Amino acid sequence: MNNFQYVRAEGLDGAARFVAGHVGAKFIGGGTNLVDLMKYNVEKPSSLVDLNRLSMRDVSELPDGGLRIGALVTNSDVAYHPTVSTRYPLLSRAILAGASAQLRNKATTGGNLLQRTRCVYFYDTATPCNKREPGTGCPAKEGINRTLAILGTSVSCIATHPSDMCVALGALGAVVQVTGPGGSRSIPFEQFHRLPGDHPEIDTTLAADEIITSVDLPRTGFAGHSAYIKVRDRQSYAFALVSVAAGLEVADGVIAKAGVALGGVAHKPWRNPQLEQELLVGRPANRDTYHEFQRALLAGAQGFGENDFKLKLAPVTVVRALEQAAHEGEQA
Amino acid sequence: MTTGQQALEETVDLAVPTHMTVSGRSHTLRVEPWTSLLDLLREGLQLTGSKKGCDHGQCGACTVLVNGVRVNSCLCLAVMHDGDAITTIEGLGSEGNLSTMQQSFVDHDGYQCGYCTPGQICSAVGMLNEGHARTEADIREQLSGNVCRCGAYPNIVAAVKHVMGMGQTEGGR
Repeated sequence: MNNFQYVRAEGLDGAARFVAGHVGAKFIGGGTNLVDLMKYNVEKPSSLVDLNRLSMRDVSELPDGGLRIGALVTNSDVAYHPTVSTRYPLLSRAILAGASAQLRNKATTGGNLLQRTRCVYFYDTATPCNKREPGTGCPAKEGINRTLAILGTSVSCIATHPSDMCVALGALGAVVQVTGPGGSRSIPFEQFHRLPGDHPEIDTTLAADEIITSVDLPRTGFAGHSAYIKVRDRQSYAFALVSVAAGLEVADGVIAKAGVALGGVAHKPWRNPQLEQELLVGRPANRDTYHEFQRALLAGAQGFGENDFKLKLAPVTVVRALEQAAHEGEQA
Repeated sequence: MTTGQQALEETVDLAVPTHMTVSGRSHTLRVEPWTSLLDLLREGLQLTGSKKGCDHGQCGACTVLVNGVRVNSCLCLAVMHDGDAITTIEGLGSEGNLSTMQQSFVDHDGYQCGYCTPGQICSAVGMLNEGHARTEADIREQLSGNVCRCGAYPNIVAAVKHVMGMGQTEGGR
């Protein structure tokens, strides 16, 4: 790990100004990913601005009936929060499917959104990687890519976003609140993470000097019909090969509202609200509907050898998650 | 070439005053920001009960309790724990005066080489503090952040179940 200056932030404005004014400075929340990457010399910040003394630890009701989760609320505290587990069980399940208890106790809501990829080439500083060092190349396309992306890839990068929580936040249609020297803004979840394109070194649309202050959930959270299915190499404490967060509102056997996002398949949680409207809403909640939807959602998927199995795994996982969500709460 | 004077000027003291309580003892320290909590405990305070296995948050051997909550101390920067109360395996009990969880690990043969044991026990105590484990499956899931390369898992689970009053006190032998 490189030497760096440590600063305890006393206010949002001062913290953002410090990072804006110091090249290579970064914010730190829980640090479970950042400190790990610093140990591998993948991240080499000149300064770390510790946000933990700022007041972003509350879960609070919003006037519109939604729920605001402060950026510093730990993953554990979100997952076990009574309002979250009751009204947004999809979010609780996704969080508890990820990492270990120790990591969830330390990792924050804001930090979870900013996790870097787990691609082995990104982690290994002895190899090229366009995400770590732009312009050096991507060995993953012809190399070790079993865990990597099949959708939204570019010539430069086939990395996946590793979060479980973000897959649920995508399906729920969360909004990310951020603030920085240029003011505050709201970022719809689908616009928060980006596809790699020609700039795989940039994971999100958040500026380097902007701070996530909260993640806001909409009023309804698919409390009656939701499922998080995570397919992985071992039953616990492993990243997703493919995961699906599915939420439905069903009335008289017909889908009234839907949110579906995939993890483990792209540089961001993979979701298409337009297709949900066109191919799920107003249709009967049955397997034919789900199949037609998954074919459209996953159109254009491309494997790179080791990860070809995801081309078969992703479609069946989408269908299974939708079936499980639709039947949730029914008597066996 | 760097002259002695230049080297002196470049040596900026980046250490940060940090106060923490470790297993009941108060410490006021100056800590370099890149020091992990695990390294501070082991190298700075000579508390070598917490173990360095992977040093990347994957094995759980470094698990300690921060204000009663279990975390991987290898992924904690010590300077970020100013004002916190840390409990390591040394703070849970001592020879001849073991805590209930420690005694149960002994009684159920919950270890072989013992390297992961301090982390396993701190993690199990943290899990009980959290209060979300009801079944054996819960215990296995919620302790998955602690790896035992000897494979003592059946006896570890038996030790934890005993403390939780879930019976099966004979362990997995």
